[in-house]
Amino acid sequence: MFVYADNAATTRVSEAAVRAMLPYLGTCFGNASSLYSFGQEAKEALENARATVAGCLGAEPREIYFTSGGSESDNQAIFSAAAQGRKKGKMHIISTAFEHHAVLHTLRRLEKEGFAVTYLDVHENGVVTPEQVRDAVREDTCLVTVMFANNEIGTIQPIREIGALCRERKVLFHTDAVQAAGHLPIDVKADNIDMLSLSAHKFHGPKGVGALYVRRGVTLQNLIEGGAQERGKRAGTENVAGIVALSVALKDACDHMAENAEKVSALRDRLIEGLLRIPHSALNGDRERRLPGNVNFCFEGIEGESLLLLLDDAGICASSGSACTSGSLDPSHVLLAIGRPHEVAHGSLRLSLCEENTPEDVDHILTEVPRIVEYLRNMSPVWKDLVSGKKQFML
Amino acid sequence: MALYSEKVFDHFKNPRNVGEIPDADGVGEVGNAKCGDIMKMYLKIRDNVITDVKFETFGCGSAIASSSMATEMIKGKTIEEALAVSNKDVVDALDGLPAHKLHCSVLAEEAIKSAVQDYYERNGIPYDKSQFPVMEDCEHCGEHEVRMV
Repeated sequence: MFVYADNAATTRVSEAAVRAMLPYLGTCFGNASSLYSFGQEAKEALENARATVAGCLGAEPREIYFTSGGSESDNQAIFSAAAQGRKKGKMHIISTAFEHHAVLHTLRRLEKEGFAVTYLDVHENGVVTPEQVRDAVREDTCLVTVMFANNEIGTIQPIREIGALCRERKVLFHTDAVQAAGHLPIDVKADNIDMLSLSAHKFHGPKGVGALYVRRGVTLQNLIEGGAQERGKRAGTENVAGIVALSVALKDACDHMAENAEKVSALRDRLIEGLLRIPHSALNGDRERRLPGNVNFCFEGIEGESLLLLLDDAGICASSGSACTSGSLDPSHVLLAIGRPHEVAHGSLRLSLCEENTPEDVDHILTEVPRIVEYLRNMSPVWKDLVSGKKQFML
Repeated sequence: MALYSEKVFDHFKNPRNVGEIPDADGVGEVGNAKCGDIMKMYLKIRDNVITDVKFETFGCGSAIASSSMATEMIKGKTIEEALAVSNKDVVDALDGLPAHKLHCSVLAEEAIKSAVQDYYERNGIPYDKSQFPVMEDCEHCGEHEVRMV
């Protein structure tokens, strides 16, 4: 049996998206910037895609810029806000401790350039409050960037409230909505969002293409200089096929959002309930405020990479926040941010479902995970010390 | 799949000598749960020969494979032969480890030495302390890597 349960990492490209993109690789391969009608067909597809994406987000087409993906969108949004801030002597940014590295590492670079960044605590449940943002805003704050939903633990942030607060204080608000787009309702106007990043491959679109929403009136700075594509804000011949597929996938996801969410969250809840039966395990992140497909656990006494390898052997694709899986020395910054000790964070497992998963998939996971956890615990000196009382259980 | 060699996978999925020796003559435990890996090695020693060896490991695939391989390499060997096993020997026997996993083999070498040291201590056998690694509390999880350079 093969169970793909790593949809937060990437998703299968839908057949509709593949069908939509093929003509722009084959018969209609023209350059959207060419004057002749053959190129203008590509241009038309590009603009239709822009309108579709705008419609999905409650934006205007001219507010949508296509990029290479979530990381580029995050970089461009943050560097743009910082550049505007610097001009006005506003060099303070507010974010959270558990953003994606595309945001965190961009902020770190700005810190080296003299910006001050406040990283809000995300509490044990993995949710920031609008009050925290309110209290952190200073006279010199130029940007608040808070992710829509966390990529590891799936917790959903109070975006609309934070947006309202930023609007009131006249501070730009960016959200990394890479995990949320196509999965949670987004209305950039009602949510008071100034800039929003999304990535096609998280909602059954292809890899290597994303979008950045930028509210009209917000000044965007180029990351890539060159031709006049994307209204001069993002040079490089447009990835028409990818962009068309992105728009089709996003439209599909938004059109079926409620039914998908209902189906997927039912699978998720059954998975959570089943895994909670494993002794000394804990769900990471708020139980209610979480993405429909996200399940993230810590199992005490074992290490995540060995768990993943044995799951792979059982045909299950998943991921972990253990240090060993990332090649770094520390476990996931997200799990540390919600207060999990290192020892426990090493034993984490993320399973992320989508509407293509079945109840049988959940059954298979619920058979294999407890078996493998027990197997690894039986060879773990840490587990033995916990059971014998030499060390105290944390979970 | 190129993450690990076939040998690493084999020793990870079918680890040799897993478990505990309740009446072991020497026990060594190295690593730190904070860093994500702990190895415990049990030795049964008779007439200077390691007659039995078992391990317990909390750690990633390469940590489990390194422990398993290390036990295979010292079983039936004299103490001197076991002490001569280096982390590089473990890596070579496993047909290599990825660079960021080399510290797992260092732990395996240290686990052997730590268990032998325990045997010496228990039996009042004099030994050269400088030949054994200092098991400091691993506050910085990078130390094993540093030693590998």
